[in-house]
Amino acid sequence: MNYSVAFFTILFKEIRRFTRIWPQTLLPPAITTALYFLIFGKLIGDRIGLVHGVSYMDYIVPGIILMSVISHSYSNVVSSFYSTKFQRHIEELLVAPVPNYVILAGYVCGGIARGVLVGVVVAGISMMFTHTTILHWDIAAAVFVLTATLFALAGFINAVFADSFDDISIIPNFVLTPLSYLGGVFYSVAMLPGIWQKIAQANPILYMINAFRYGMIGVSDVQIELAFAMTGGFIVFLTALSLLLLHKGIGIKN
Amino acid sequence: MTALSIKNLKKTYNNGFVALKGLDLDVQRGDFFALLGPNGAGKSTLIGIISSLVNKTSGLVSIFGHDLDKDNVAAKTCIGVVPQEVNFNQFETSMSVVMNQAGYYGIPRKQALLRTEQCLRQMELWDKRDVVSRRLSGGMKRRLMIARAMVHSPRLLILDEPTAGVDIEIRRSMWEMMQEVNKQGTTIILTTHYLEEAESLCRNIAIINNGQIIEKSAMSSLLSRLHTDHFVLDIARPLSVAPVIEGYDIVLNADTVLDVAVPKSHGLNRLFQALSEQHIEVQSLRNKSNRLEQLFLDLVQ
Ligand SMILES: Nc1ncnc2c1ncn2[C@@H]1O[C@H](COP(=O)(O)OP(=O)(O)O)[C@@H](O)[C@H]1O
Ligand SMILES: [Mg+2]
Repeated sequence: MNYSVAFFTILFKEIRRFTRIWPQTLLPPAITTALYFLIFGKLIGDRIGLVHGVSYMDYIVPGIILMSVISHSYSNVVSSFYSTKFQRHIEELLVAPVPNYVILAGYVCGGIARGVLVGVVVAGISMMFTHTTILHWDIAAAVFVLTATLFALAGFINAVFADSFDDISIIPNFVLTPLSYLGGVFYSVAMLPGIWQKIAQANPILYMINAFRYGMIGVSDVQIELAFAMTGGFIVFLTALSLLLLHKGIGIKN
Repeated sequence: MTALSIKNLKKTYNNGFVALKGLDLDVQRGDFFALLGPNGAGKSTLIGIISSLVNKTSGLVSIFGHDLDKDNVAAKTCIGVVPQEVNFNQFETSMSVVMNQAGYYGIPRKQALLRTEQCLRQMELWDKRDVVSRRLSGGMKRRLMIARAMVHSPRLLILDEPTAGVDIEIRRSMWEMMQEVNKQGTTIILTTHYLEEAESLCRNIAIINNGQIIEKSAMSSLLSRLHTDHFVLDIARPLSVAPVIEGYDIVLNADTVLDVAVPKSHGLNRLFQALSEQHIEVQSLRNKSNRLEQLFLDLVQ
């Protein structure tokens, strides 16, 4: 059987969902980003001067873009798949001959689409404040998409375990946002005092942000290869875990 | 060929509750089959397992000869399910609810559009195609679920209490729709609370109680097994006490209404003879519903 029709049905349904509710999904990141650039870039940035040889404004652009990719690819899948479970229309997929990997691919690609679209909107807004050029397109694009994939998968797993609307906001609020802020969006690890540099390096998001920053402006606090290996490893692990959860019907079947 | 064959099906829920205790059931193709049982009997659990929404504990299910475990794609393609509770995306239009389901079954868009239109028209929902499904009335929501279940032209349509809570007029029109679908060759399995519904629609019946099938037969033979018929008589002149006639159980319901239990062995002739001997004039006679109800209560108690 050819599952491409089922896959695209899920994907387009997902894309329609977040574009239909664009004031909730696309507008807020645009506003937040503009504020970040205004406050951190313009007002504070001028006093900070150069970081790794680039202006502070240019330095924070990649992190801000990637941070929005992370939070939106995650939240798209977690809220969409959770409400699919909650409203029980997951049953539409379960009665039909749709293999689990197609369900997973459909939702994850929906999350990637949202992450990428928001990332592009945020990048567009950042261009209104500064004129960063992208040095390594291939690396930047790869990190961009891989990060979206990783967090879409993580959002899926969160949704599988979630039993209430509270459960879908705990991880984004208490894990993702702090780790993103601490992942060097607004500073270089080199600015941190000794021991904190070591601690910061335990944060996986630090690697992705720096790899993306390398792709855009050519500076990074970490080794790019390590960042790719880590992201790839997480993706493989989370994909396997998601498929296992679906296979067992956790949170979905009795 | 059997449309549905179930062998020794068992289900124990995670909390240890045994909902199905080794159930056997065969439904022939083309049948209009009723699955009757009180609340909590296990009807929805059974349907959940057939439609892959609930994991079974053990046993075999096959649909038109396709084993649900081994030949899952073919088996799933043969079934359409209308669940007991509304389970479509309430924020999508009727049209996209049905279109999405077609997509999940792998039907290409062009064909899906045609089929969606057919199904929505058949369920008299075509003019509601652009209405967000949350805004549909209760009866329309049910019909939308039937349209959705039929979009891939399943050979077996399973409906879990499709007429629960819809008013009598809509219920009748849904009966007609279901009969129409059955006539076109689709096997139908229906669970219901309304015994009248089973009696007037279905050819074969199984009664399930406490996770077990306690009765399986043709509707007609089940009904003929009733030893007593109940009639309501309207009489011309008011009475103060019920007449006593040997062999018949007569209750005075209102001063001009008699409820009479008539054993099959006695028949009606003797009753009328005795009544006229007592100068009681009968104006009209009707069958008291619901014969099946009585039988059902006898069986599950
Ligand atoms: N998820 C569940 N966990 C535990 N018990 C359940 C679950 N779902 C149903 N049951 C129990 O299984 C029995 C059968 O339920 P159900 O199949 O819904 O009955 P019916 O549809 O005939 O009314 C009931 O006693 C019900 O409480
Ligand atoms: Mg039920």
